[in-house]
Order: sequence, then structure tokens, then C-alpha cells
Amino acid sequence: MGGHLRLQPRTEQRVVQFFMYLMTSIAVLVLVFILVVILKNGLPQLNLEFLTKNPADMGREGGILSTIVATIFLTFIALLVATPLGVGTAIYLTEYTVESRITRIIRFGAECLAGIPSIIFGLFGFILFVNKLKFGWSILSGGLTLAFMVLPTIIRTSEEAIKAVPSAYRLVSFSLGSTRWQTVTRVVLPSAIPGIVTGVILSIGRSIGETAAVIFTAGSALRMPTSLFSSSRTMSVHFYILAKEGVSMPKAYGTAAVLVISILVINIVTYYLMEKYIKRKS
Amino acid sequence: MSATRKNIIEVRNLNVFYGKFQALRNINLDIQTNRITALIGPSGCGKSTFLRALNRMNDLIEGCRTEGEVLFEGKNIFDPETDLLELRRKVGMVFQRPNPFPLSIADNITYGLRVHGRTEPNFLEEKLHRSLQAVNLWEELKDRLHDNALKLTGEQQQRLCIARLLAVEPEVVLMDEPCSALDPVATARIEDLMYELKRDYTIVIVTHNMQQAARVSDYTGYFLLGDLVEFGETNQIFTSPRDKRTEDYITGRFG
Repeated sequence: MGGHLRLQPRTEQRVVQFFMYLMTSIAVLVLVFILVVILKNGLPQLNLEFLTKNPADMGREGGILSTIVATIFLTFIALLVATPLGVGTAIYLTEYTVESRITRIIRFGAECLAGIPSIIFGLFGFILFVNKLKFGWSILSGGLTLAFMVLPTIIRTSEEAIKAVPSAYRLVSFSLGSTRWQTVTRVVLPSAIPGIVTGVILSIGRSIGETAAVIFTAGSALRMPTSLFSSSRTMSVHFYILAKEGVSMPKAYGTAAVLVISILVINIVTYYLMEKYIKRKS
Repeated sequence: MSATRKNIIEVRNLNVFYGKFQALRNINLDIQTNRITALIGPSGCGKSTFLRALNRMNDLIEGCRTEGEVLFEGKNIFDPETDLLELRRKVGMVFQRPNPFPLSIADNITYGLRVHGRTEPNFLEEKLHRSLQAVNLWEELKDRLHDNALKLTGEQQQRLCIARLLAVEPEVVLMDEPCSALDPVATARIEDLMYELKRDYTIVIVTHNMQQAARVSDYTGYFLLGDLVEFGETNQIFTSPRDKRTEDYITGRFG
């Protein structure tokens, strides 16, 4: 049945190729479309004042300096906490234990963590950091919440990167009389760095772009943060409030443009640095 | 160097298990100081397992269990008080595939010294020079010591791996089919190198290549299915084997 629908292999090949091409084009077009819309509306808003002045009149006037600073601090804290925790967990899972029920449970747990919607992390952060630990709406609460949100990503990518290091390196290192820790720090991690950094970059992107988890934990105060305990508004939250409450669409687009451009720049710079690092090592 | 001791390693009633599978059965064997001992036998006969028992690399294999004694310089290496890191420094290993670290030539050589706490630049530099000289790589590489070691040819890489090992001043060099990834010319040159190294080191080599065993070694052991079938002077093993199974193997009737 359906025999009359069978195509010549060569025709079939052409049809498949066409559809593959079409799908890829659509994926790329969506990306281009987003970039064009945001940059077309946002770029005219960008000037030195926008980047160096604090918001005024709820964001209708002035720039977004305080939100840039808050975003940087929050992301920095998140990565400062999540990177050692995540890489440490990955090292433990790959180098210090053998595959067992326990490692599988830990891995399963991390994967479940990755699937939890960010707003739930926001709620968790609100309950634990804001209320229970009395950090209040603050950079610290927001940063810690983001840390837990990106932790699974860092564990996962680090684990993959560490597993990809040839086991011959480990054997040689042991055979020369190295300890496990020496082997991890001198041989395994240097080879795994590009993969680990990829996970960290992904996490930076997610932290910068996160809204739901942050609005519950870092708050939305517009003034310049002065300490870890300042309530503050990140760029994403700022964009969300400006757009949703109809404060100022032009300023919202300007903020979005800065967000998109900074993520692009981070990716390009890291890519470039990694290329250099890998070249030096091979 | 303990050149006074006739047998640097004495193996007594060694049994090795992988889980329930017994890979080596009651092995008794002496390794003579400053001699080359070759271990031959078909794949899966336990010769590599035996080699790895001598510096306890089998410890790294999950489910591997060892019984019996391996006396290195008179002390049982399986004793709890054995300094494992020191044992592995003294009984080093060269692997089947050349496996330099993805580091510079210089950093490869000094790796072992650094992990053992030696960091004085003058000392490291002298070791670098002497180790590369010992494997006849110094002249070739002295102007590119900071190049990545992965850029070297297979033979150079294997020499580098030997030099990396010599840098930590081992007494015994275990070689696990060190030439199997090399072409015949490179193989011949590595064999020459083994011959040179014999003056200062004791070498135990596992090889699939019987001609190689015959050419380089002083003593040969034939392993089959976890048993040491025959052990003796290489000349005797290859010209007048006492065991029928050895004869079958070396004449190519089996394996």
C-alpha cells in the first residue's frame, strides 16, 4: 500500500534537501527577525546618556545605568556561587565516585532542577533568601536564586567536558605517581576548560535574561545599588516593567537592545578567547 | 640505584581477579635488575594485567582484586604502609599508544617532577635536557621545547613519553606494547633505545611481537589463559622451549 507514493531516490533526496534547507532557513530567520525588530526600535534610543544616567520618573526619562550595574552584580554573584559548586559536583561525579545508584540519583536530581520553571525558583528564593534568611529583596537574594537556577547547566556541561578528557591522560598521570587531585587539577581540568566555560557562558546568558526569578528576589527598586542588600532592578526586569505597565516603549526597546548586544558581545568574546586557548593547547 | 640486588622484583603466588573472573593464576616470577624481561602470549592471556600489577595500576580498575605478593626491592607492594605514589614513581609505565599530555614538550617532561614537588627552575631544566638526551631527542627538539607535544610524530611522542618517565628517575620501566602504534623503522629505533636504557634501568616489556621479544629481551615469560606457562632465558625459550604450548606459540602454530 502507498506504493504509488514512492519517489525515485534521487527525487527523494532533492525533496528532503529542500525541506532541510527550509527548516534551517526558518530557524535563522526567526533569529534575524528578533534582532532586527529589537535593534531597529532600540538602537535609536541608545546614546551615552542612556548608558550613563540612572532612570528618572519611573523610567520614562534618563538612562538605565543602575539596572546595568544591578544586572552585572547579580550575574556575578550567581556565577561566583554556581561555578565552584557546579564544577565541584561534576568533578565528584566523574572522578571521585564510580557509577552507582547514588550518582544516578544526584544526576537525576540535577536534571529535574533544570526542568523547573524559573518562576518556581523565584518563589523558592523569595521564601528562603528574602524571608527566612532575611536578606530582603536584594542583590544577594537574587544572585543566590540565579545561582541555583543555573547550577544544573554548569554541572551538566562540566560533567560532559570532564568525561570527554581522554582517560589515557589520567592513567599516565597516575602512573607517574600523581595523586587524584593533582591529576584533576593539572591534567583533567585544563583539558576540560573550554567545555566548562561554555556552560558558564550559557549561565551568564540565562542570568542576564532572567526575569521571573529575579523580580521576586532582587525586587525592582530603580536606584543605584549600594550594597549586597540593596533592592535593585535588572535590565530584564526593567524592560518587563516598562513594557508591561506601558511606562515607555522607546525606553523598553532601548533596554532590550542593550541586553541583546551585551549577550552577543559576551558570546563573541568568549568564542574568540576559547579559540585562542584551544589553539595554544594543540 | 640498587644494582646490588639480583632480583629487583619478585612475584610470589600472584592471583588477580576481575570480579569473578580470574585473570592470573598463581604467578611466580623474578625480574632481574638491569635486564630486559619480555612477556609474550596471545591476547587476553593476562600479560598486561601482570604488568599493571607491578605498579598497582590495577587498583584503578573497578572490581579488580589481587592476592599474593609482589616484592619490590624486598618489600611487598600490597602492604598497607606502601607509599603508592613513590612506588609508581620508581616503577613507571610506558603505554601502548604514545600519550603525551596536550602540553609543551618541556611541560610534559617536567610534569612528573612537579607533582613530586620539584619546582626549582635549574633542576627542571637540567632534567629536561638529560631526559631528552637519554631518548635521543635533545638534538631534534632543543629549539622547540615550548611547542605542543601533540605536534610530534608518533615515534617522537613515544620517545617523549619514555623521557617523561625517565625524568622522575624510576628503577623499573614497564612497557605495555610500546611499539604497536609505530612503523617498523621507528620500532627498531625504540628497540635500540631499550637496549641503551638497560644499563640504568630494569625493563619489563609486554609484546605481541615475538621477534621483538627475541631481539631485545634477556628473559621471556609465556602467558596463556592466566597461567605463566614457561619462564626462562630468552635464548632457551625460543630455541628449546620445555613446554609444548610454548613451542606451539613461538612456532606460530597457535595464537
